[in-house]
Amino acid sequence: MTTTERIARILVWCTAGATVLFLMTPLFVAVAVSFGSSAVFTLPAPSWSLRWYEALGRSRELWSVVGTSVQIAFLSTLIALVLGTLAAIGLLRGEFRARESIVTFLVSPLMLPGLVVGIAMLEAYRAAGLTNVWTSLLVAHVVITLPYVVRTVYASLALFDFTLIDAARTLGLSYPRAVAKVLVPSLAPAFVTSGMFAFLASMDNYPISIFFTDAWTKTLPIQMLQMVEESPDPTIAAVSTLLILLAAAVLVIGDRMVGLRRMADL
Amino acid sequence: MTGFRRLDPVSLLVAPAVGYLGLVYGLPLLLLLGHSFVVDGTPSIASFVRFFADPFDWMVIANTLRIALAVTLVSLVIGWPTAIALARAKGAAQAAILVAIILPLSVGVVVKAFAWQIVLRRDGVVSQALVWLHVWDEPQRLLFTETGLVVGAVNVFVPFMILPIYSVLKLVDPRLDEAAATLGAGPFFRFFLVALPLSLPGIVTGVAFVFSMAVSMYVVPSLLIGDRFQTLATLTGRSFLFMRNPQLGSTTAVVLLVLAVAVVVGSAKLSRRFGGAS
Repeated sequence: MTTTERIARILVWCTAGATVLFLMTPLFVAVAVSFGSSAVFTLPAPSWSLRWYEALGRSRELWSVVGTSVQIAFLSTLIALVLGTLAAIGLLRGEFRARESIVTFLVSPLMLPGLVVGIAMLEAYRAAGLTNVWTSLLVAHVVITLPYVVRTVYASLALFDFTLIDAARTLGLSYPRAVAKVLVPSLAPAFVTSGMFAFLASMDNYPISIFFTDAWTKTLPIQMLQMVEESPDPTIAAVSTLLILLAAAVLVIGDRMVGLRRMADL
Repeated sequence: MTGFRRLDPVSLLVAPAVGYLGLVYGLPLLLLLGHSFVVDGTPSIASFVRFFADPFDWMVIANTLRIALAVTLVSLVIGWPTAIALARAKGAAQAAILVAIILPLSVGVVVKAFAWQIVLRRDGVVSQALVWLHVWDEPQRLLFTETGLVVGAVNVFVPFMILPIYSVLKLVDPRLDEAAATLGAGPFFRFFLVALPLSLPGIVTGVAFVFSMAVSMYVVPSLLIGDRFQTLATLTGRSFLFMRNPQLGSTTAVVLLVLAVAVVVGSAKLSRRFGGAS
């Protein structure tokens, strides 16, 4: 190994190490602040305390916002799983000339500026007379969750051997039972990971939700940004820590189901 | 075409998803595009003429592109080596890098931008460290500066640079580099003639992802630089949410949309060309 190569190798590993630390910084900071006693985010914290978690536990307003966010995320993920799986099966089993264009259209909400999509939807829903906040949030969030399901389930279904279903039917299973016994188990990892990422994407969405919320019905990111701008206190850090825990749980489950390396496939 | 004659029932399964997205997402986008070319009920490009005639709007466009370029460049400089390390790493090192990428990706942008507000303050960790290292003589505030904005935005978007490059590199046979060395190529030749062309499709995709996300980011600039610095996205958001000026908002939204679509479509063409060559 020449000197140049050795230097290049050292540079690569140092940059990677620094990037790992850099990526984790905001998460460490949020967790550290949430357990600190300081109301003005002093780091290192003067002493440790659980007061912000107590404040969080007492906050009725915050928990009702969390409730709305979880409901919307759960229902929109469920609808996306149904629509997305049907579409993936249709795309792979049906006869299409424009298969790739349809897939691109179905995942395109991920690639366009969320703010622009939000504005377009707001104007159209208003014109159509849809003014209920909760309903329009749900309708809009399916647009956010569907691309995750289509992308993952389509990729996973493309590897599925459909003759297995015929084999199961030859062996005496009815068509629905064959699907339930053969197809569903082999798609389970795709359902779980895409469902989890879709759920998180809905929970975390800001640029689309901001156009559909009002003073009474809000989602968590909207409420949090408002708190950061108006009355920042470490309760926000406590909420953040719980969200980080949720993401960590998703990571652990995803690792068990499909492995970290496959989760990294964009 | 005689497509309808042979339309089999299975392909109808696509209809609910396509119909749904077409109705609640595709149609609204088309309407937004259409509306921006109508002023007072008649077709007109007046709002675009007015937009591009205003020097303030050009400054906003310049701000948007400058920040997005800086974010993309920094992401490439730190993301490419990280992707190389990830492709070569094994066991615990690989797991550590993957966790450091996937975990922050699953945490919302509001959480991360909020944490950077704390890190970039005058008495924040960065300022304390730089004073301790004698880089700075006295504590300084990075929050509400362009540097602070770039740092925060790179933090949020760099995973979208690392992952596409990694997904290309993990398929590359490591013996290619050894083969080039055996044939007598020096490190510089090997970098420019072997490593760079092999990474290129991933780099094109990563650059397109990061650039289009940085152009349209809204939460990060709102929290890290504030109202005095406007980008196309913050101007679009503000004209709808605070200024109640939907005419301006839909004009900037269309400019933003065109920019983002151009980047995505252009990069898809480019990466297909590079991908076909290898």
